[in-house]
Amino acid sequence: MSEPTDDGTSQPEERRASPAWALAKGLGTVFKQTFRRDNTEQYPKEIVAPPERSHIGRHRLNRHDDGLEKCIGCELCAYACPADAIWVEGEDNDPAAPVSPGERYAKDYQINYLRCIMCGLCVEACPTRALTLTSYYEMAFTSREEAIWTKEQLLEPPPALGTDPIDKEGI
Amino acid sequence: MTWIDWGILLGKVAIVFVGILVSVLLFIWMERKVIADFQTRMGPMRAGPRGVLLTLADGIKLFFKEAIHPTEADPWVYRLAPMFAVIPGFLAFAVVPFGPSAHIFGRTVGLQLADLSIGVLWVLAMTSIGVYTVVLAGWSSGSNYPLLGGVRSTAQMISYEVAMGLSLVALLMFSGHLRTSEIVDAQSRVWYAIPQFPAFAVFLICALAEVNRPPFDLAEAESELVAGYHTEYSGIPFAMFLLGEYVNTVVVSSIAVTLFLGGWRGPWPWSGAWFVVGGVVWFLFKLICVMYLFMLVRATLPRMRYDRLMNFGWKYLIPFGLFWVLATGAIIVLPERYGRQRGAIIAVGLIVAAWLVGSLIKPLLEARREEVVL
Repeated sequence: MSEPTDDGTSQPEERRASPAWALAKGLGTVFKQTFRRDNTEQYPKEIVAPPERSHIGRHRLNRHDDGLEKCIGCELCAYACPADAIWVEGEDNDPAAPVSPGERYAKDYQINYLRCIMCGLCVEACPTRALTLTSYYEMAFTSREEAIWTKEQLLEPPPALGTDPIDKEGI
Repeated sequence: MTWIDWGILLGKVAIVFVGILVSVLLFIWMERKVIADFQTRMGPMRAGPRGVLLTLADGIKLFFKEAIHPTEADPWVYRLAPMFAVIPGFLAFAVVPFGPSAHIFGRTVGLQLADLSIGVLWVLAMTSIGVYTVVLAGWSSGSNYPLLGGVRSTAQMISYEVAMGLSLVALLMFSGHLRTSEIVDAQSRVWYAIPQFPAFAVFLICALAEVNRPPFDLAEAESELVAGYHTEYSGIPFAMFLLGEYVNTVVVSSIAVTLFLGGWRGPWPWSGAWFVVGGVVWFLFKLICVMYLFMLVRATLPRMRYDRLMNFGWKYLIPFGLFWVLATGAIIVLPERYGRQRGAIIAVGLIVAAWLVGSLIKPLLEARREEVVL
């Protein structure tokens, strides 16, 4: 907005504008807003991408470059979670065919998005950077089963915004 | 009256009825769009082109909702109140001319439902019935918030009606006509809003108060009273309140256009079939401008506090209305008595003198008012 105007409460009583002038000025100020550009985004029709690296949406379990999972099943994310939304079940790696580079890996990993509050404390707790937040926010669901994301789903990178067929409903 | 006359009459009734209903749909949409404009939003965009059909969708939704009847509510009055909201609005519009006379089937048909000889009085009578909406709905709901909203806005509407009546008295004295069509004809040279500007300003303020629009929407102050007098209503009766509110707003704006802004008269065209079309278009254009002003006021001003509302009505608007009636009388009578020029000078001198005396007395009144602790 513009610089602060001089019509604050600090003005002395006798310099106050007359009611009619104040009314006209107020109406004019509101009327001027008509010519400002609208801030509205027509969301499902036009999708404005969130800024780069704005970690506001769905979790993702990352992998190392060689395809091994970063998650070592330590459950620190589950301990850090204030909403108790994360379920981790760790197990020892099979040395012949390891899932993760360390001793242990996550046999099961679930995030319940009915509980998750997107605070990001799990990401801060993760010692191996296995768990990060993405900028994918189209996470509407219609049942409890859909709301609980399994390890396989979380390992998948999120699709582009607006590609889920359910987002096209109502356009 | 032959069957052609009856047919024309029924046609006019149907056109006015449907026209008001459609215009209410469009004005609700316009209000949402205009207020969205003021707030750098877009407003409704999805239903129909640019959201035009949203009000229709709202209406259909309300139509299929259950109309709940509280056990505490009075059985008959509770059902009667929504009708009071809608019907007087339509009745008041009957005297509003929305175009010049047209020639149809060899007859001269005024584009007006009824050209009553008491036109303006009819308008006042019908808008007064609007008060009953609030009273009856508020009382018969058998609930606290509706009663509070009903009681306080009854007082508001009655007191603002006095000032509205005074502003119209000044106008009627000035024009000398009660018939709305004659008032419109008399404004062919200059709109009454110019010589009668004080009356016009008082009328606009009182019109806002009379139809319970912001900043005078104390009847349904949603931040204080849930929804005021129609808290307990749902379904079709609620839709009727909503409809009635906008019908009354449209009617009051069209009366302001008719009495003060020259009605359907515009700078062109002057003759032929285009005269009729042009008249209707000018009427609608002026109506939209007045409605836009109401929307601008709604978007700008906060709701008034109740005691200030009553103070403003009784201590400022009504005395000012009385003063303006007196001044109008001076403007009319003195030139007749003392000749045109001298009389006019005396009239203006008296008005200025009264203004000066009033502004001298005002500090005294204000000094006394500060002693009162509310």
